[in-house]
Amino acid sequence: MSGFKTLQGKAAAMDRANVDTDQIIPKQFLKRIEKTGFGQYLFYDWRFTKEGLPNPEFELNKAENQGASILIANENFGCGSSREHAPWALGDYGFKVIIAPSFADIFHQNCLKNGLLPITLPAETVEYLLQRAKKQPYDLKVDLQNGIIEDEYNFSATFTINEYWKKMLINGWDEIEITLQLESSISSFEEKRFAVQ
Amino acid sequence: MGKSIIDKIWEKHVVHREEGKPDLMYIDLHLVHEVTSPQAFSGLRMKNRKVRRPDKTFATVDHNIPTDNRKVINDPVALNQMTTLEKNCLEFGIPLAGLDSPEQGIVHVIGPELGLTQPGMTIVCGDSHTSTHGAFGSIAFGIGTSEVEHVLATQTLWQSKPKTLKLEINGELKKGVTAKDVILYIIAKNGIGFGTGHIIEYCGETIAKMSMEERMTICNMSIEGGAKAGLVSPDETTFAYLQGRKYAPKGAGFADVVENWKYLVSDSDAQYDKTIQIDAADIAPMVSWGTNPSMTSKVNEQIPKLEECKNELEQKSLSRALEYMGLQEGQKIEDIQIQHVFIGSCTNSRLEDLKQAAEIIRGKKVHPHVRALVVPGSQQVKKQAEADGLDLIFKQAGFEWRESGCSMCLSMNNDIVPNGEHCASTSNRNFEGRQGSGARTHLVSPLMAAAAAIYGHFVDVGALLSAETVH
Repeated sequence: MSGFKTLQGKAAAMDRANVDTDQIIPKQFLKRIEKTGFGQYLFYDWRFTKEGLPNPEFELNKAENQGASILIANENFGCGSSREHAPWALGDYGFKVIIAPSFADIFHQNCLKNGLLPITLPAETVEYLLQRAKKQPYDLKVDLQNGIIEDEYNFSATFTINEYWKKMLINGWDEIEITLQLESSISSFEEKRFAVQ
Repeated sequence: MGKSIIDKIWEKHVVHREEGKPDLMYIDLHLVHEVTSPQAFSGLRMKNRKVRRPDKTFATVDHNIPTDNRKVINDPVALNQMTTLEKNCLEFGIPLAGLDSPEQGIVHVIGPELGLTQPGMTIVCGDSHTSTHGAFGSIAFGIGTSEVEHVLATQTLWQSKPKTLKLEINGELKKGVTAKDVILYIIAKNGIGFGTGHIIEYCGETIAKMSMEERMTICNMSIEGGAKAGLVSPDETTFAYLQGRKYAPKGAGFADVVENWKYLVSDSDAQYDKTIQIDAADIAPMVSWGTNPSMTSKVNEQIPKLEECKNELEQKSLSRALEYMGLQEGQKIEDIQIQHVFIGSCTNSRLEDLKQAAEIIRGKKVHPHVRALVVPGSQQVKKQAEADGLDLIFKQAGFEWRESGCSMCLSMNNDIVPNGEHCASTSNRNFEGRQGSGARTHLVSPLMAAAAAIYGHFVDVGALLSAETVH
């Protein structure tokens, strides 16, 4: 997993509430046994018509959103199933940051594990970003190190993210390796917990 | 300050705590299935890592297996996922209830049924409905595949402690109102995100009177309200359910653990971050009409109107949902015609669910415009139901009687609702495309699904049962 400190990129607006992981990656694409190659199926049922052609009405198919690396979404993004295929698909498609007023818990956690930064901002701030991104090609700069997000129109907002996850994202560390360094704590916990009573 | 059961279980599982970090939590039971595990095992193999506690890990196949003829698997990609799980379990020494095992079933049905699920445990699985196991007084939650790999390798997880939510339900449930209606009512009333960031403790006299099956149905759908987990304090009902189960403690040891389990109750002065009170008498049989579980109304009500929406975002969601569902604002719920009925899923596929549905079905016929199927939650449920003659009641009425699996809850196999058709489903999610591309799902209880199968549209099962009592 590669980390990042700052990101400048195009932002696409998806002004829908409660976007669930069944929409992000429909179930017919969950049968693969790899982590890669899911981007082509991202938002499949919305992105493509019944005939398999790109749906011109769908947000991500609009010309101004091509090449977007930041997704601006609405409340409760990523609700439903725990499928990690959702962040795999978003990442594989090219997204690195998702901004929303709120996220579902498991999805939020899954993003952090895959180098995808979920940024929670107040609803009115997200509304500003959505309106900007809906009108024209819109770039945002995300500074993960300092927790700042800016545009070229003098907009600036701060965001917070747990220091632990920030470090993991910036450094792209292997979390299991970190935990295995605590092997003796795990072993002594097990000895106490499973001691014959 | 007193502690809640959530605080008590959490504290008992902290392996390592450090300022500025989540807690490193020990996991007592890890359930594994074919869809969310292959990449986790590959990850272990790449780094030459072992499964730390295969004895605290248990696997089954459920999500993409066929429920008609399980000897023939036509989907090569699904078959590959199943055989991959078999190979992984063999290589890493993990017990597996495979397709030919009498213990096979939906992971959240077999955990409790085998007595693997026990009070006071931390339980995880790469599936969001892991919250089901909270019915036994455990902290049980769904995780992604990276976390599956982490648990396999370390038997722990880094977790920030969620907030706590006390959800108290008191009073008598009306006739025809089941646990499914209770949880659908809670989500409809409080919204799809009301539990986000929280673990719910369900309590109150209504919950105390419920069977384990009913408590499982409620805890199962905690995630549909956004909650990390939901649980119920263990009591005599819990202990009686577990006694004699395959993996539950045996003999004198059972009485000893029960003594410990009795401490798993919230102190009377326990503090919660949020409290919700529900009056059981306010609840009616519920039907979802939209594309998320909060879009649900009482069976004798109408679909909301656009003008009743609180804001523009809600209005947009409503009109989008109605367009997808092919329904009108203000339409009566009872007028919705249905073409499919699915009784099954980790929410409602246990023996008690099937018995309730069978009572409605007995001696009746499925409406000619309806295709109906029953998919028992496990091979054990199926076997017991057949011993009780339930299969005959369903089959004589025109239902298909299937092998156990997740089936039409997420339609990863070939149990699919066709584009544009409506299904009365005892499952947990009515998201767009969940039961098939363009499929229109209505979440209901087994009683309501059974009644809809006979009438071809939704009917108030409470009124139906009252009328039958009079005759």
